[in-house]
Amino acid sequence: MSLKLIRQAFTNTPPPRMWHQPEFKERYDVVIIGGGAHGLACAYYLAKEHGITNVAILEKRYIGSGGSGRNTTIIRSNYLTPEGVRFYNESVKLYEQMSAEFDFNVMFSQRGHLTLAHTDSAVRTMRRRAEVNQLQGVDSHLIWPDEIKKLCPPIDVSEHPRYPILAALYHPPGGIIRHDAVVWGYAHHADRMGVHIHQLTELTGIRVENGQVVGVETNRGYIKTGMVLNATAGWCSLIAAMAGVRLPVTTFPLQACVTEPLKPFLDVIIVSGSLHVYVSQSDRGELVMGAAVDPFASYSMNGSLAFTEGISGHILELFPALSHVRILRQWAGLCDMTPDYSPIMGFTPVKGFVVDVGWGTYGFKASPISGKTMAQLIATNSTPDLIHPFRLSRFYENDLVGEKGAASVGH
Amino acid sequence: MILIICPNCGRRNAQEFRYGGEVNPRPKQPLEVKDDAWADYLYMRDNRSGVQKEWWYHQAGCQLWFLAERNTQTNELLRTYLLDWS
Repeated sequence: MSLKLIRQAFTNTPPPRMWHQPEFKERYDVVIIGGGAHGLACAYYLAKEHGITNVAILEKRYIGSGGSGRNTTIIRSNYLTPEGVRFYNESVKLYEQMSAEFDFNVMFSQRGHLTLAHTDSAVRTMRRRAEVNQLQGVDSHLIWPDEIKKLCPPIDVSEHPRYPILAALYHPPGGIIRHDAVVWGYAHHADRMGVHIHQLTELTGIRVENGQVVGVETNRGYIKTGMVLNATAGWCSLIAAMAGVRLPVTTFPLQACVTEPLKPFLDVIIVSGSLHVYVSQSDRGELVMGAAVDPFASYSMNGSLAFTEGISGHILELFPALSHVRILRQWAGLCDMTPDYSPIMGFTPVKGFVVDVGWGTYGFKASPISGKTMAQLIATNSTPDLIHPFRLSRFYENDLVGEKGAASVGH
Repeated sequence: MILIICPNCGRRNAQEFRYGGEVNPRPKQPLEVKDDAWADYLYMRDNRSGVQKEWWYHQAGCQLWFLAERNTQTNELLRTYLLDWS
């Protein structure tokens, strides 16, 4: 990478395009709706591991413009259910190899992840999570306020706050990453292997004949295909409705914000389920903060004063020293929440229409493994064991997963 | 959306209210409903983008459950009204 940069500096040639703007083909083997990290990762693995390169990605705006560019970039695997821990741990492993695999720095920084417990019941939940995590081979254990203070000097571990810190679940491999680089890396390599990325291309209909998908209609014309993957997160119910499929999904906005840049202040990632806040410091020095999903369902991505008020109060309870720091900007992304805080991956009653949705507040960290397993599902036409618990039919078989270790979920 | 009109109390701060989800009528003859239809009722949602009929609860006020029509793209509240029990 660095040699390439130096050569370009001396030869005055513009760097090659990361991906192209191809024309529509008449027919694609697989059409992926949604150009986020999940859709792009699936295309990447379809091409790389299964040799399926006649693939189109349809993106309404620009790639990474949805949740992939709006999350707070936290990668971790210290979930509550064994199914969840196994799944997200595979994802962490893929993120660890990503920079080398892409020859492109995604700036994955495994700086340690602390989930604070402010009540006895939260301490019990953290103990349980630590045990479940360790059984699955994930580095995760409980630590007490003296150790928390050592790892994170600016935090207030005294008895003064309304909800004093009693303990924390410490997950050393947890980290943050540059989320745009992940999207670009997948897009670049998928493009080089022959995948077509169509931006500014909006799906307007899915044609189904005798229970089998035969094509999709877009604002740029009709495409024949026998396989459509819905990877559209907050908009997934609307896309599924085009194929006549109903999903157990409700769309809620999730807001986040950054402060003005500070000098290095916070090494680790701090999360508090009780206070509904998570915070980390980016490489630019901004504190990146997020909270719970908004209190009512919506497709609007407007920010609210209730959010900034709430999160400021909670951050100051943890870090009183930040009282003079200003918020620089805030934004929202759309989360496709499911009843059991677990994703929906796999087949639907319509043949050739598969979903990778319901990712709620925890989708970005799962991008590599969801792409890999969905590619396997599409290529082999069978559900890999790792994602069997997340099938859509679980809602009809009374087999919900109940992942309350998800982000922004109260315990 | 900052203010919500409670049919009982009038215009109040939205933070006094709790959202109750989209209107999802319970099957009329519960004993005759097959398991799949129950699962549909329990879990499946329209999740509309546009005007949606939904429940709200005046939690920090008169504790009334009422209905609202809201545009989920803009959060514009079109009207709030009581359920017609007749």
